[in-house]
Amino acid sequence: MENATVLESGQDPLSIAENWMKDGRDVAVATVVETWGSAPRPVGSHLVIDREGNFQGSVSGGCVEGEVVTEALDVLETGQPRMLEFGVADETAWQAGLSCGGRIKVYVERLG
Amino acid sequence: MDPNLLKKLNAERVARRAAVLVTDLGDGRDRLVREGDSVSGELGAALEKAFRSGKSGTVEVEGRNFFLNAHLPPPRLVAIGAVHISQALAPMANLAGFDIEIIDPRTAFATQARFPDVPLFAEWPEDVLKRRPFDAYTGVAALTHDPKIDDFALKSALKTGCFYVGALGSRKTHAKRVERLTTMGVTAEEIGRIHSPIGLDIGAASPAEIAVAVLGEIIAAFRSRGMAVDTAEKAA
Repeated sequence: MENATVLESGQDPLSIAENWMKDGRDVAVATVVETWGSAPRPVGSHLVIDREGNFQGSVSGGCVEGEVVTEALDVLETGQPRMLEFGVADETAWQAGLSCGGRIKVYVERLG
Repeated sequence: MDPNLLKKLNAERVARRAAVLVTDLGDGRDRLVREGDSVSGELGAALEKAFRSGKSGTVEVEGRNFFLNAHLPPPRLVAIGAVHISQALAPMANLAGFDIEIIDPRTAFATQARFPDVPLFAEWPEDVLKRRPFDAYTGVAALTHDPKIDDFALKSALKTGCFYVGALGSRKTHAKRVERLTTMGVTAEEIGRIHSPIGLDIGAASPAEIAVAVLGEIIAAFRSRGMAVDTAEKAA
């Protein structure tokens, strides 16, 4: 259980996505939908991306965010959601203090 | 993701109500399910599990894959009474993932020196609850032994439907409490939800041991939310 009140911190990805939308920005939402092994972020975690490539939140410890942002720009263009699958590189996993690399599945969709 | 659903979902989260966003991974369509909404079949069973555990995940129903993203409010505990038990309960509750705060109008008890790093309100529960009302994801433990302080908070917790309501005191003390609460307009059914004597029966003696018993009972109540059989019925 998390007891940090993330909602009030101004860093909640879904609140940010709503604010961006209000500002008229195109927004993509990436969600961790499955994990295997020691994945750095739990299922349900979000990364939100706008058309300029600005992003907030996380779907990993920082290793795959760049790739997700690139894919998200495509999704914003086409409007077609897509499923991405990543193996977390051992090297990166090691830096994050994990004993082994995990794998994650990330669903990327356009808001609206 | 439907922008209106995102707005609705965020509104539910801000209001500290549980919701699950269901996404059909095949066509990307989504819907928002609130706790208590009835959804039939396998999807309904998976939703019930998601609400109870707070865990998100993918479920396959009739050849279609749905992603259930569970958004449960972070559980909050309120201890009425800045007493010895609360001093042990506060750090234990934090370790277990609960935000805890303490209300006690007796300024000799409610001091930051006795409760470092714990939100502390040296005021009457009546006054604090006006600003910070209880909700379904709040657990309340009344620990002062003093009806003037405990009773209002207990009534409020029962009327709100807090997931846990416990009250310290012997059976004799509790019998008197039942009489008082009844006069205050609390129904017998609501009174029946009070855990008293408080805490799991582990033979707890010291304040720290009682805190363990109370926290164990709170966790049991939180993890069984929405299930028909509560612990009292199981024991009977």
